[in-house]
Amino acid sequence: MGDKQLTGAEALVEIMIEEGVEFVFGLPGGNAIPMYDALVGRNVKLILTRHEQGAVHMADGYARATGKVGVVLVTSGPGATNTVTGLFTALMDSVPLVVVCGQSPTPVLGLDAFQEADVSGLTYPCVKHSYLVKDVQDIPRVMREAFYLARTGRPGPVLIDMPKDISSALLAIDADSKDFHLPGYSVPREGGAKSVAEAAKLLKAARRPILLVGHGAAISGASSEVRELVERMRMPAVSTLLGKGVLPESHELSLGMLGMHGTAYANKAMVACDLVMSVGSRWDDRIVGNYASFCKGAVKIHVDIDPAEMDKVVKVEVGIVGDVKAVLAQILPLLERGDTDDWIKQVARWRREYPLAYRKEGKVRAQHVIQELRALAGDKAIFTTDVGQHQMWAAQFVGTEEPRNWITSGGAGTMGFGFPAAIGAQLGRPGELVIAIVGDGGFQMTLSELATMRNLGLSVKVVVINNHYLGMVRQWQNMFYDERYSGVDLEGNPDFARLAEAYGVKGYRITRPADVRRVLKAALEHDGPCLVDAEVEKHDNVFPMIPAGAPLKDMLLEAPRRKLEKPTGGT
Amino acid sequence: MDDANGAAARHSLSLYVANKPGVLIRVALVFSRRGFNIDSLVVSATQDPRYSRMNIVARGGRDTLEQILKQLNKLVDVIHARDYSYEDVIQKELALVKIDCPPERRPEAFQVMEAFKARTIDLAEATLAVEVIGSSEKLDAFETLLRPFGIREMVRTGKVLMARGAETT
Repeated sequence: MGDKQLTGAEALVEIMIEEGVEFVFGLPGGNAIPMYDALVGRNVKLILTRHEQGAVHMADGYARATGKVGVVLVTSGPGATNTVTGLFTALMDSVPLVVVCGQSPTPVLGLDAFQEADVSGLTYPCVKHSYLVKDVQDIPRVMREAFYLARTGRPGPVLIDMPKDISSALLAIDADSKDFHLPGYSVPREGGAKSVAEAAKLLKAARRPILLVGHGAAISGASSEVRELVERMRMPAVSTLLGKGVLPESHELSLGMLGMHGTAYANKAMVACDLVMSVGSRWDDRIVGNYASFCKGAVKIHVDIDPAEMDKVVKVEVGIVGDVKAVLAQILPLLERGDTDDWIKQVARWRREYPLAYRKEGKVRAQHVIQELRALAGDKAIFTTDVGQHQMWAAQFVGTEEPRNWITSGGAGTMGFGFPAAIGAQLGRPGELVIAIVGDGGFQMTLSELATMRNLGLSVKVVVINNHYLGMVRQWQNMFYDERYSGVDLEGNPDFARLAEAYGVKGYRITRPADVRRVLKAALEHDGPCLVDAEVEKHDNVFPMIPAGAPLKDMLLEAPRRKLEKPTGGT
Repeated sequence: MDDANGAAARHSLSLYVANKPGVLIRVALVFSRRGFNIDSLVVSATQDPRYSRMNIVARGGRDTLEQILKQLNKLVDVIHARDYSYEDVIQKELALVKIDCPPERRPEAFQVMEAFKARTIDLAEATLAVEVIGSSEKLDAFETLLRPFGIREMVRTGKVLMARGAETT
């Protein structure tokens, strides 16, 4: 780092630059001032957000859209506690983040000083790793380790708690040795030769195989290997919510998303398959439904970079710990074309018999808005979503061709994620069309970032699927709780279009089916940020649906007439 | 919590960890999140000042324990974590037990102590404090035999273990 003596904060920024950091998302406070000071005049752009949660979700959206590490810089106490939801979101979906929090000076740690919180203690369960820096000489090593840990292996958020006296202190010249040693951390790449051979043997013998594609395949950049595998073996592929687009959804062998609100043909194929090979998915309860009956009788192969995922919830015949891309490259040469013609025909029949469908009658349907939006936006657009009904409809109707063009909070299910994530994605990929599909509930959790978007002059398009309800909870109460609605009515929502205008963002409104195409077209053609408030049918439910904890075969294709038992699974 | 046989077995784990603040919390969280109760926990120095040794005895189902071991090994500060429950390793624990022991009952107490190679460490008018070293099971048996005297208080160090021969733990 040259021969000028640097402060800890200056060294921190120096290493960010060395790591290729383009943006730092955050909001300052007293204990972060030395670090904000060190950013002045440096070649790292500070994105000032309106809330720390927004900052973490923006960094997250940036990381998912680009594959790079997202960086956050906030202050101590409430600044740091406001990042917790974002850390949890990133941990659950394996997103690489480095979150630096200012902290009270070391002499007052633990003495209840102003804005002093035990940030390490608060965040242990929602980070991949964390540091409390007690010596300024450690800063270069800690920063390098943090970036390395965040982006390698199974990526995740790394937190650095940085006391103010440490960031202000001077670093000895030549304090930076540039190397670090992490004896308790290893990054798997290739799978074991024996299990790879065993997997190849089982794949060749299968008559009704399925590939289950998860987020790990996207993170590993395994699109071409996945495509080669399904084409060579003639095996259909289903994807998790976060695995969308690894195999383009327009591909004839793609059955789209499986699980709770997946396509009927994906779930039917899961029930009937004789082999399922998961690449980078963790058999989440949203896709498995009921663990005891999941793919009973089918051979299971699991490829994952995290050894802790092996046999965690689904016991498998062959577990391969390794990077999806590397493991598929090992398996492919061992395979020859499978005998799956009958299976492919059967799957094609299901696809014809049980298409995703809705009726364009009555009020504006959310599915109609989303389908039209996808058609107008084209194959290259980046979509982010929030969490709830609109998210599931978007998963169903936004056909995704590239994995990094589909950004949504999966494991954590964080409402408020979609809009700030879109801002981060747009910063990371400035030339591309970025659309945030959000619900009226989640949008109100982080809508203050309209100011951030406006200030940055970003042309993000926000489409609010507005049903004046916390719709997914309403759907459960409607279907399983005798229509006893509790805490779901969002009457009193603001006029979102006018609210947008107040922030200097162009506002549009859709109230009739006839508006849909015209208004969306105008919004997409508008040069600048805009928001579309789509007033949709209030009482719509998402189908297909597998009640939580039920086996995949119990899928409901439409609203049942009979009364349903309360689901056994969570949320 | 129970394994396939319905029994919550006792597991003896040995962890080699980085010697720095916060490691104990990270380890403890892996157990508590899965509802595992820790029976004993010993953290001590090793031959290398950069690392510490943790010996943990916990009770629970084998599947959950396997998941716990994987999660422990996933921690950046854990160099390695292993279950030694089913292996022949050196295992020792020390207990201090203070019992009611008037002079007329001393011969009886000394007899029990002799069988367990326990030592007297404090002899008073009405009480006797003894030290015993051995496997946890031996200490359990010793405690059972002292119970009729009336145990005033007891403290145990928790189990420590070490691999036999040239193998390192």
